[in-house]
Amino acid sequence: MPAYLLKRLISLIFTIAGIAVVTFFISLVVPLDPLAAIAGPQAPQETVERLRVLYGFDQPLYVQFGHYVSRLSEGNLGMSFQTGRPVLDDIIQFFPATLELATIALIISIVSGITLGVFSAVYRNSWIDHFARVFSLIGVSMPVFWLGLVLMLIFYFKLDWLPEPGRLDIMLIEPERVTGFLLMDSLIAQDWEVFYDALMHLILPGSVLGLFGLAGIARIVRSSMLDVLSQEYVKTARIKGLAEHLVIVRHALRNALVPTVTVIGLTYGGLLEGSVLTETIFSWPGLGRYLTTAFLTLDLNAIVGGTMLVAMSYSLVNLVVDLLYAYLNPKISLDGEGSLS
Amino acid sequence: MTAQNLTTVEVRMLRAESRKRALQDSWTLWKRNPVTIAGTLIILSLILIAMVAPWLATHDPFDQILADRLFPPSLDYWFGTDNLGRDIYSRVIHGSRLTLMIAFVVALISGPIGLVVGVLSGYLGGMVDEVLMRLSDIFLAFPKLILAIAFAAALEPGLTNAIIAISIANWPSYARLVRAETLAVRNSDYIDAVRILGAGHLRIMIYHLTPMCLSTLIVRVSLDMGTIILIAAGLGFLGLGAQPPAPEWGLMVSDGRNYLVDQWWVSTIPGIAILVVVLGFNLVGDGLRDILDPHQRQS
Repeated sequence: MPAYLLKRLISLIFTIAGIAVVTFFISLVVPLDPLAAIAGPQAPQETVERLRVLYGFDQPLYVQFGHYVSRLSEGNLGMSFQTGRPVLDDIIQFFPATLELATIALIISIVSGITLGVFSAVYRNSWIDHFARVFSLIGVSMPVFWLGLVLMLIFYFKLDWLPEPGRLDIMLIEPERVTGFLLMDSLIAQDWEVFYDALMHLILPGSVLGLFGLAGIARIVRSSMLDVLSQEYVKTARIKGLAEHLVIVRHALRNALVPTVTVIGLTYGGLLEGSVLTETIFSWPGLGRYLTTAFLTLDLNAIVGGTMLVAMSYSLVNLVVDLLYAYLNPKISLDGEGSLS
Repeated sequence: MTAQNLTTVEVRMLRAESRKRALQDSWTLWKRNPVTIAGTLIILSLILIAMVAPWLATHDPFDQILADRLFPPSLDYWFGTDNLGRDIYSRVIHGSRLTLMIAFVVALISGPIGLVVGVLSGYLGGMVDEVLMRLSDIFLAFPKLILAIAFAAALEPGLTNAIIAISIANWPSYARLVRAETLAVRNSDYIDAVRILGAGHLRIMIYHLTPMCLSTLIVRVSLDMGTIILIAAGLGFLGLGAQPPAPEWGLMVSDGRNYLVDQWWVSTIPGIAILVVVLGFNLVGDGLRDILDPHQRQS
């Protein structure tokens, strides 16, 4: 285990270094002069020159890269041209909103995915199975941005059941920031009105994003449930007279969940990705929207910092999933010595 | 000598026979699943629509009639008109060409790159393998959409650059797949046999390894088609893909955003087109998974 962990950590370091190189490359290929973007089209040449020196764009490439790496190693991501604040501060401010959204979405995916998967497996090839399959396929085929618009049209504009886009009603005051998660912060402050309002604001974007992850989870739960249900110990449980729902939940599902863990991890990565479009639609003040704005305005430091953070969290999630999977599944030897049979 | 020839012929015949049976099995499995049939029909109609788009369209997709802007669906304008008075039906029909084109070009770029990198990496091993795989690890560390967005934005938004960006995000997973496949056959007897006969590395890679990996890769690429279309539409929606006035579906959804409440058709109809097409590819992909699954074959 320790050897495996070390190996994975070393390769993670390589990956992070690579991520830094790729993001630096991205910032290089930008054809527009980012300085013109900051200074504005009418800026006199000398202002642009001053900015060039200020941001270090006058140095040769390798020097720029050296600066860039040493900056990064200090955790300095530079200033955002857009907000005029350090990118790191921006990220710290916006990331919790994304995490909160992705977590709610993940919970929705897991609960509905497992339910659909179990029912499909138990009633294999029945209309329930077909329905679940088509429903989850529709879920992955739906353009997130379009679904967001349609649901907003129905539930906010037409029916007025759910609140406007954003994280919180403008009339409400945000509770004191402890974790950055509104739900948690309002609980800590015991501000029930804010808690309820924040929850209502989460429902639409959370469901849109959650639908995206549902299919993968439902599929794997179905197939591993089918595997497990045909095994001897399940038959034994049935023969000894256990009620069917207990057989399914206590005996079968528990084992079927092992392979599901991997997919859940991958889903979480996918949700970080999906949040870019979802946040744009729902004016969600998270990292996704911050990144989109940065991309559209070519806010270089924000692009580099934001992309790096997303890629790093994505790699970390993958690592955790691999470890968890190996831990849960005794058949996989972490040192690569055991057999898989 | 004759005996040997006979066996070769026999082997050929047996092989043809088994191939035929495999095909028949696939056909049976395909027929058995209504979901796959539906998907196939969707894709076939998409291709057909794209081919005869100019004849199906009732208006010029670029023709702006400002007097007719934001008309609801009617007999004249089947899907209504957008904010510049263009016929949405004709634009959706013409958009099918863009969608298909993007999906196929991305497949044609990223597939071969993945193939070459994967075969090289798996066959040569050692340093080459190490370098190429670390490289693909780095790309895999980014969520696909984010990487595509980053490159599309950096390369200056546009259709060509969007295609390049999606291809950049796509090749690493293909390279991984092909590498695994190559590793599986690299040490098999028939490769040894070819080598003893005097074939060079290049010949082995091109004529003996590539064909073995091709079918897996093609299946995988076709499974990915839906995702590719979704990413392209997402880029279009964000303004990082096809540029106006192109009738790209994602872009059209974005165009209609400001009119969502009162003129719902401007945004929703192109979105339905995306949904239907992606669903078609995913339905087929889902069926394909079943058809290729040996467990299903036995039953």
